[in-house]
Amino acid sequence: MNSFFQRRFVIQGIFIVVALVLLLRLFYIQVIDKSYFLSANNNVLRKVIIYPARGIILDREGKILVQNEPVYDLLVTPNEVKPFDTLEFCRLIGIDKAGFHKRFDKARNYSPYRSSVFEKQISARTFATFQERLFEFPGFYVQNRSVRRYPDSIAAQFLGYIGEVNDKDIEKSKGFYRPGDYIGKTGVEKSYEELLRGQRGVLNLMVDAFNRPKGHYADGKYDTLAVAGDKLISSLDRDLQKFGEKLMNNKIGSIVAIEPATGEILAFVSSPTYDPNMMVGRQRSKNSVQLYKDPLKPMFIRPIQAEYPPGSIFKVINALIAQQFGQAKPETRYFCGGGYRFGRRGLMRCTHVHGSVDLAQSLQYSCNTYYGYVYSNMIDRSGMRPVNGYKRWREAVAKFNVGSRLDIDLPNERKGLLPTDELYTKRWKSDKWGSGFNISLSIGQGELGITPLQMANVAATVANRGFFYKPHLIKAIGEKKVIKKEYTQKNHTGIDAKYYDIVVEGMSRAVNQPGGTANFAVNMIPGIELCGKTGTVQNPHGKDHSVFFGFAPRNNPKIAIAVVVENAGFGSSWAAPIASFMAEKYIRDTVTRPRAVVDYFLTKNLLPGQDKPKIKISAKADSAGSKKKDTVSSANTKAN
Amino acid sequence: MNNQRSLFFNVDWITILLYLLLCIIGWFNIHAAVYDPANPSILDMDTNYGKQFFFILSALVLGIVILLMDSKFFSAVSPVFYGVTLLLLILVLIVGRNVGGNQAWIPIGSFRLQPSEFAKFSTCLLLAKYLSSINMKLNDLQTLVVCAIILLIPMGLIMLQPDTGSALTFTSLVFVLYREGLSGYFLVIGALMIILFILSLLINQALLIGLVLLVAGLILYFSRRTKALITTLAIGVLVSIAFIFSVDFAYNSVLQSHQRNRIDVILGKIDDPRGQGYNLNQSKIAIGSGGLWGKGYLQGTQTKYDFVPEQSTDFIFCTVGEEWGFIGSLVVIGLYLTLLIRIVNIAERQRSPFSRIYGYGVASIIFFHFFINIGMTIGLVPVIGIPLPFLSYGGSSLWSFTILLFILLKLDSNRMGII
Repeated sequence: MNSFFQRRFVIQGIFIVVALVLLLRLFYIQVIDKSYFLSANNNVLRKVIIYPARGIILDREGKILVQNEPVYDLLVTPNEVKPFDTLEFCRLIGIDKAGFHKRFDKARNYSPYRSSVFEKQISARTFATFQERLFEFPGFYVQNRSVRRYPDSIAAQFLGYIGEVNDKDIEKSKGFYRPGDYIGKTGVEKSYEELLRGQRGVLNLMVDAFNRPKGHYADGKYDTLAVAGDKLISSLDRDLQKFGEKLMNNKIGSIVAIEPATGEILAFVSSPTYDPNMMVGRQRSKNSVQLYKDPLKPMFIRPIQAEYPPGSIFKVINALIAQQFGQAKPETRYFCGGGYRFGRRGLMRCTHVHGSVDLAQSLQYSCNTYYGYVYSNMIDRSGMRPVNGYKRWREAVAKFNVGSRLDIDLPNERKGLLPTDELYTKRWKSDKWGSGFNISLSIGQGELGITPLQMANVAATVANRGFFYKPHLIKAIGEKKVIKKEYTQKNHTGIDAKYYDIVVEGMSRAVNQPGGTANFAVNMIPGIELCGKTGTVQNPHGKDHSVFFGFAPRNNPKIAIAVVVENAGFGSSWAAPIASFMAEKYIRDTVTRPRAVVDYFLTKNLLPGQDKPKIKISAKADSAGSKKKDTVSSANTKAN
Repeated sequence: MNNQRSLFFNVDWITILLYLLLCIIGWFNIHAAVYDPANPSILDMDTNYGKQFFFILSALVLGIVILLMDSKFFSAVSPVFYGVTLLLLILVLIVGRNVGGNQAWIPIGSFRLQPSEFAKFSTCLLLAKYLSSINMKLNDLQTLVVCAIILLIPMGLIMLQPDTGSALTFTSLVFVLYREGLSGYFLVIGALMIILFILSLLINQALLIGLVLLVAGLILYFSRRTKALITTLAIGVLVSIAFIFSVDFAYNSVLQSHQRNRIDVILGKIDDPRGQGYNLNQSKIAIGSGGLWGKGYLQGTQTKYDFVPEQSTDFIFCTVGEEWGFIGSLVVIGLYLTLLIRIVNIAERQRSPFSRIYGYGVASIIFFHFFINIGMTIGLVPVIGIPLPFLSYGGSSLWSFTILLFILLKLDSNRMGII
């Protein structure tokens, strides 16, 4: 000990002060400042999303309509790339040199250290040759993905397509989707999106300072597995659908076929259609522009979006309602002298002079006069004011689900048009109007808009003699085959079953008895009683639409069907035969009519473009003769 | 035999306990820092933690050997130690292996020897030997010069490697000189120089000179204006101004760019957490993310996954902070503080000035490493690459600190005898 021994306290004091300073600082960064904790997680945690396989869609017999096919995304980490034979590389994956530089610069701009997509969705075939030589191209990696594949290229509008989410989708989903995710854009893909997409899995990976994976955070406690999307079993019959699409080839229109006992949709043809595979893969955006530009609107889902006046098939509804109202009986007869006169000078022409017809004959011959009388009875002689008579009639029609949505499991269904009494009151500026003011409703013309789906649904209702199940496209969901509740409930039309018999009789005669509007050999199914009603719908824009609806067989109907062929003329000449082929194909699995006959319908081109030269040539004489038709068909052959 | 018993009876067991605790804490934290699930065993010789176990065992053997030696030996051979160390420091400049920019290692078999580590205790011993000579007056110019030479030769040689961190360690021995009678003004002047240095980097020169003049004026105004005071102040102001100008020069010409950068990062003049400030930023993230209780043993992610550089050597404290939180940091700092105070107490109870002076040397060197190392990991001082005593991975460092401490324990166990 010497005289400076007190200095030990100074030195020890300095030690203590320094230790306290260190502790204070530690307390601040460890306990008070929480930002380091977040920074640490940012350093080390990488959320990796595992995409589940999207649910597949089968037809009613388990045949695949949509499946997933592996494709390969080529990734690149620019700073790991070493010089290589770019020409050979480009040749292998099918791009040009400029495209290579464009992609590479884009990747480098994104990040030189992180991998980004160099080329999307390389097909399995391209990948097979490329894979063997992948080692020659350091810095390039391949990532498996899957895309939709449609083995039969059918039912495009029914199935819809998927596409990358847009900002709206992301916002709507409240952040569920992220940029780059896929979502159902139309069709079943959209309406069953939540079932098809499955559940994404999340891996919380830890990475080291060099971004190398180092295992799962908290031993995977917060990781979730991806759950594949549900399998959907659709009601569609693949072979029937295929056949329907072939029949409608080069024609515009729809076929909707329903199993009346369940409401399951057997065929859902919208023509012109497109190959759903076009909306997949690298050519997708090019194709989609082309499809949306097409004047024939292949993206338009005609069975649920096209509204037509139903034409004569509407007589079936009027015949039923009139009976229920007690204003027509099977034996009720009216005299057809070639038209129905109303008001002072009004005349609704009939196609023929039918003479005296009863209810069944009115349907068999499709007599306009008869329905003029029946309709005016319902409106004007209802025991109430005609406006109220109209209201009562309208309500009864509405029960057939005309003028309202059927809530089919597809997006963007149109409801059609069934005018209210206000429409006429407004139009005539008075509510003192009667049947004469909208007499065309009696024969399904005028202010009516009915979708092919609604037509088929009415056919199914008649087939069931008074009720329907809401038509639907998906009959079972997942392995447990869940059926949605709303599809198991009967919807009644308010018409007693007994009134259907005579209507069905009339519909049967229309097809199967001489004088029936559809009574051509081609429309009759040998051994199967097809009941139906034709319609020839006047169309201000061109040739009449050919319409037919019906069901077969007469007892225990297996199929109800509606066919619309736009601008094709008489219901009996196009829609009816197509419907009869479809019905037989479904019931018998083959069509027994002569092959040449079926081929004629399969190959016939009725697209509007085909008419153009004809219109120019025949500007003077519009009553088209058979010669002109020949020129058209020869033009078709050329075009084909 | 009797002598042997009294030897271990007199050893300061508290210090040994503290030493062992720090070594074991270090070993576990090295295990956590470089933990590799492929080699989970803490005794795997292929890994740093396996090697550290071996280092600890051999350090203990070394400690026991020192305790068994004659305490007069250390005083007697201190000039030899010093001379050998200087030779090694010169040798390393010639045959040394360059690791990370420093030519500090002499390879011997599979291990590497770091002479600068051994320079610490040999310099302490020689300084103690010199200052304990009879009738030494520290404030004599000649004494000061000799002391300075003893310190500056190893410092200069280490600077040549260049290992600035280790060289700066020797400045801590100013505490020893202070205890032995160096004027307190040296400490004050030293502190003022550090303050001026920092200020001149942070603020404009003219402003700083104005500030110095203002302070001098205030002192003049509030004190009795004696001739001595005026003279002192005048010299002080002149030297300060000269110092301020020379800082600028030294900063730009003497310091290397990475050293300038490290200082700038600390002073907040560089905000570049991905570049220049990466080490410090990651170190703070690791420690800061530990929270109050820490993430738990082997649960740290920042250190284990290489976000923190040098995580088992210079930045070992990051593992402590991350896995054991503030509580763990408190324990470790508490252990160091206890050890330092204990060492000073031991020094003060020595009869012989040699033992006392050496004891202060030990305390100063451990203190400097402790403060600089932990301070750098949390951004209080610039990044200076020196190990944390007993905790950091590395044989040379552990052995040299063990030798440093155990020589004191040996001297202490013999304190009743006369050296």
